[in-house]
Amino acid sequence: MSTKSKTKNNKDEGKRDFLMVSTYAMAGIGAASFAWPLIDQMNPAADTLALASTEIDLSSLEEGQAITVKWRGKPVFVRHRTAEEIKNAQEASIDDMRDPEKDSDRVTNEKYIVLVGVCTHLGCVPLGQKSGDVKGQYGGWFCPCHGSHYDHSGRIRKGPAPTNLAVPSYEFLSDTLIKIG
Amino acid sequence: MSKAKFKNPVVKWIDHRLPIFSFMDHELNHYPTPKNLNYFWNFGSLAGIALVTMIITGIVLSMNYTAHVDYAFDSVERIMRDVNHGWLIRYIHMNGASFFFIVVYIHIFRGLYYGSYKAPRELLWILGVLILLLMMATAFMGYVLPWGQMSFWGATVITNLFSAIPLVGESIVTWLWGGFSVDNSTLNRFFSLHFVLPFVIVGVVILHLVALHRFGSNNPIGIDVKGTQDTLPFNPYYTIKDLFGLGVFLTIFAAAVFFFPNFMGHPDNYIEANPMVTPAHIVPEWYFLPFYAILRAIPDKLGGVLFMFGSIAVLFVIPWLDRSSVRSSQFRPIFKIFFWILLADCVLLGYLGAMPAEGIYVILSRIATAYYFFHFLILFPLLPYIEKTKPLPISISEPVLSGSSPASAFAFREKK
Amino acid sequence: MNAKPYCFKNKRFIIQSCTILSLFFSSQVCFAAGDKITYPKLDWSFSGITGTFDRSSQQRGLQVYKEVCAGCHGLRLLAYRNLKAIGYNDNEIKAFASENSVNTLNDEGEVVEREARPSDKFVSPYPNEQAARVANGGAYPPDLSLIVKARSDGANYLHALLTGYVDAPDEKKIPDGMYYNKYYPGKLIGMPQPLYEDGVEYADGTKATPDQMAKDVTAFLAWAAEPEMEDRKRLGISVILFLLVLTILSYFTMKQIWAPIKNR
Repeated sequence: MSTKSKTKNNKDEGKRDFLMVSTYAMAGIGAASFAWPLIDQMNPAADTLALASTEIDLSSLEEGQAITVKWRGKPVFVRHRTAEEIKNAQEASIDDMRDPEKDSDRVTNEKYIVLVGVCTHLGCVPLGQKSGDVKGQYGGWFCPCHGSHYDHSGRIRKGPAPTNLAVPSYEFLSDTLIKIG
Repeated sequence: MSKAKFKNPVVKWIDHRLPIFSFMDHELNHYPTPKNLNYFWNFGSLAGIALVTMIITGIVLSMNYTAHVDYAFDSVERIMRDVNHGWLIRYIHMNGASFFFIVVYIHIFRGLYYGSYKAPRELLWILGVLILLLMMATAFMGYVLPWGQMSFWGATVITNLFSAIPLVGESIVTWLWGGFSVDNSTLNRFFSLHFVLPFVIVGVVILHLVALHRFGSNNPIGIDVKGTQDTLPFNPYYTIKDLFGLGVFLTIFAAAVFFFPNFMGHPDNYIEANPMVTPAHIVPEWYFLPFYAILRAIPDKLGGVLFMFGSIAVLFVIPWLDRSSVRSSQFRPIFKIFFWILLADCVLLGYLGAMPAEGIYVILSRIATAYYFFHFLILFPLLPYIEKTKPLPISISEPVLSGSSPASAFAFREKK
Repeated sequence: MNAKPYCFKNKRFIIQSCTILSLFFSSQVCFAAGDKITYPKLDWSFSGITGTFDRSSQQRGLQVYKEVCAGCHGLRLLAYRNLKAIGYNDNEIKAFASENSVNTLNDEGEVVEREARPSDKFVSPYPNEQAARVANGGAYPPDLSLIVKARSDGANYLHALLTGYVDAPDEKKIPDGMYYNKYYPGKLIGMPQPLYEDGVEYADGTKATPDQMAKDVTAFLAWAAEPEMEDRKRLGISVILFLLVLTILSYFTMKQIWAPIKNR
């Protein structure tokens, strides 16, 4: 075999390898893109997302009462706080709290506290919505699963929960109508 | 097997204890494959890919589907409308069934043309027929799940076939239904079976592959591989050829999924099932039409059912019905002509299955059905006594060496 | 040398198989065309592989549905929020939804009505099929969500049906509560002619002829049946382009890899 044909062979091999790598790379990209719809279908569907906002009418909610509504499959607590409860929440010293937050940062209208009713420890629903419920040492909510005590602002004061009860994003559409989500 | 062929120490360590890498290297990389395979040998791997695609999209669909008569139809529509990319996944699954059958039917007719069922590949063939049977059961039950009019009435008609069995027929049908008509219990069990049968198919496919790799692929001239000069390692020669074939297949498949997704479906299946109203024409999916035609060709209920199942049962025994020692049709001039007649006959049966069962269609169905059984039961055993086969080449590679045209790897010429 | 090719001829084999396969598939089409009355084939904006819906026609179609069809026909698979896709904004959708009411439970567990929200499905005119039949002399006005997909050649069929009310031939007896429609299978339909000249007043000034209204409501219902259609076609074009490139590339790679074998 002459050297000339040898270089031609090498050249051919180079071309072959290049083509092979690009073909298989492209096939790989194709297969990977096919994975996306299969993964994405597990994200919330359009009808689930459409239910992600709920409107709540507070006009019939008397002072001292609380209501629970379902939002995204979870309970949302709304409590119409009494003047005393507001005072307690506002005046409590935040220095020694586990998750220090001022009450004013957690409400839009101080009369109404809106909380996601899921204990930040392991996801149980705390007691305290009904008048007969155990409300814990701080008068807010008490989680019966592992004994977390929340105050009138839904802040963790005692027990294993690491953070305060979450405040969902919401807005007042009117004085007594709120939209969550 | 050569040792220490893997350089990567981790691969080496694992392979020493669990020789999966040696196995894959042996069966997928170095696996000796006849060098003269044509494009019809692409359809086996295409069928495998179709099966995997169906299983993946099916699992994903089952995450969003509700198997209940009150919710099934709506849950499918929710997949089409609200689930992210749900329409894509569902259309792939729906059209995938049709394309799976197209690929498998071509694969089967390739086997018939080139005599791939003959010794020593009888079990390979039988496992293949078993896969076909399982596919048909799976496809039938899958078609019930969207709970449209065709789903419901297809299920009613096909399950009623079993009532033709003497004495116990009625009890069997009631047992299949779990009630006195196709209803919620039926839908639930069909969903369960539709989910699990594909994995049974995977199991039989693995056996099919084990049997294949025992003697290797048949080839267009149907003579045995004589040595390494007749074969090529599977990789890269057939991996790239399979990839090219896959590219062509997927392009056609994508055209159906994205532009004609309902072409092979029936409009009536977009009407929710109504047990009180039967649609004007009940037609099964196209891939069942030839069998449906055989069913209707026989004027007796039990007879029709027997002939329909018989048309598949006969496939199990053709390795013994065909007594010719020559595999490929290329050397069997008469057999070859009859092969095309059989293919035309099956297509005709498919056409007749879609036509109303009246007048000329019934007569034609009977002739076509008769030919189908004649072909396998009479022609196959008798033809070798009549037919003069052409001389076989000495080996696969011999014609290649004398060939000069660029396409000689595919087309070999007889030396006179 | 009299080299007779006994071998398999690739091309001819493929052509033959393709012919036979295409015959097979055309049998499907033949069947669909079986006992069909032929109706005019219209040039819809949404047909073809690049076809899209005409937003203003869809919006007019929604108006026709709302003012003419909705009295009897539901659209239960469509939600009000879906109307965003045909060009309405959130406030318009909210207002549109709130014209309807749905049943819900109040805190005391009583069934009460509330205004429909964008997340609700289109409210059907009848609570169930039974009620619909009673109100329509035994006939059941079908839900229209999938009507275009649930009829063969659905868009043309629907347009033809809506404009197919003509005077019955003299010898034809029309029973009470039935109407003559030349495009309906059997020609007798339980639905009275729905579309009349200026039956609705289009906001965009389009003349509301029965033909125009039929086209618009068909365009709207075609979208209702296949809301994914535009996404589907768009994605389809890119997927097919990608696959073509991959196929061509793998073809040349295959040729390269096989070259030494074939040229030996």
